[in-house]
Amino acid sequence: MIIDARGRRCPLPILDLARHIGDVEIGATITVEADDPAARPDVAAWCRMRRHELVGETTALDGTPGYVVRRRH
Amino acid sequence: MPAYLDAAAGAPLHPVAREALLAALDDGWADPGRLYGAGRRARLLLDAARESVADSIAARPDELSFTANATQALHAAVLGTLAGNPRSNTFVHSAVEHSAVLLAAQSHVARSGHAVSVGVDELARVDAETFVAAATAAGVAAAALQAANHEVGTSQPVSALAAAIGAVPLIVDATQTIGHASVPTGWSVLAGDARTWGGPAVGLLAVRTGTRWRSPFPDDERESGRVPGVPNLPAIVAAAASLRAVEATRSAEAARHARLVQRIRTAVPELVPDVEVLGDADERLPHLVTFSCLYVDGEALLTALDRHGFAVSSGSSCTSSTLEPSHVLVAMGALTSGNLRVSLHHATTEVDVEDFLAVLPALVAEVRAELGATGL
Repeated sequence: MIIDARGRRCPLPILDLARHIGDVEIGATITVEADDPAARPDVAAWCRMRRHELVGETTALDGTPGYVVRRRH
Repeated sequence: MPAYLDAAAGAPLHPVAREALLAALDDGWADPGRLYGAGRRARLLLDAARESVADSIAARPDELSFTANATQALHAAVLGTLAGNPRSNTFVHSAVEHSAVLLAAQSHVARSGHAVSVGVDELARVDAETFVAAATAAGVAAAALQAANHEVGTSQPVSALAAAIGAVPLIVDATQTIGHASVPTGWSVLAGDARTWGGPAVGLLAVRTGTRWRSPFPDDERESGRVPGVPNLPAIVAAAASLRAVEATRSAEAARHARLVQRIRTAVPELVPDVEVLGDADERLPHLVTFSCLYVDGEALLTALDRHGFAVSSGSSCTSSTLEPSHVLVAMGALTSGNLRVSLHHATTEVDVEDFLAVLPALVAEVRAELGATGL
């Protein structure tokens, strides 16, 4: 699952992530594509605080970074 | 009751500073560089202020110059040390230095210089081994390390690293430390900020005897050739008088601030769900505390607190003009959303802190509700 959070400013990308993490199975991944510069540290911090796993980063065709998160529980 | 809790951006004027400033406006208006009577009186005031401040920071009076403000002191510290060591081209600094240091580094790079940024851990403490390796590599003209971080309060191991890097000049930004904690030893060039101890806008620039430092400005004989132009003498006199007053009660005041900071560090995670308190719990500035709240728009929270009369600061991106989150929070890997820095000063009371803690939980909940984040 990919969430498009382009143009959404801090803290909206992690809110989008929180709203949709339950939409994927435990063990599956969800990617939030966000161009806000605060998204990188905030997604990592959200994963730490909510005990999910930050798997890595992708780059969309338009260059927007995508943060790949695995649902752990 | 409202409270001003942003001392790190500038404490309210200390009563001793106000008194000295008013007296010096009458007595110290003349140019201390002139030889007539009023100029000589001004020179005596300037010399006395310099001796007093130098004594507080363990410097010799001739090592200390006054600048217009802390930013100018930091720029002169970095660019002057680089200019004094022209055969080397690299400037090493921690990733969490004040933006004035980072912008000076950028200006060095723009003039074909080289800069190396050394990372920090999750508490904002610099990676000591990497810092020493980078600073002692070939071609390093200067290294910079803050005494303590201005956003999260973590102290840096300045004295140990100064000893470890040997002859490489170490620039120490002590702008949040002077007047609040001991100034670390081992610096070659030191910068300070009178606004953080309750003085008016005056910066300190101290250059240790024997350090190669060359003015990055056009030649001017003022302030040992380090800072061009007539100094703002009334402000300098007020800065010196207030530093002397603050130093006289520093250990008791630091202990009082540390208790209030500890109260905030303990209470906020109990009162507000989903908060990360940032920075080292022990090795830190006594008067400054920072935390980040999940699902909170920092600007909305600042505005809500301001409505209740509380002035604090935020490193969240939505509160900066560039929309970039604080480089300090990013370097630490900390949550940047809903970030608040609370910093205390001579007039901060326990009641101020308790009042802040009383309004904070409902305001965070209100801002979260506006974003539809309740229950997430």
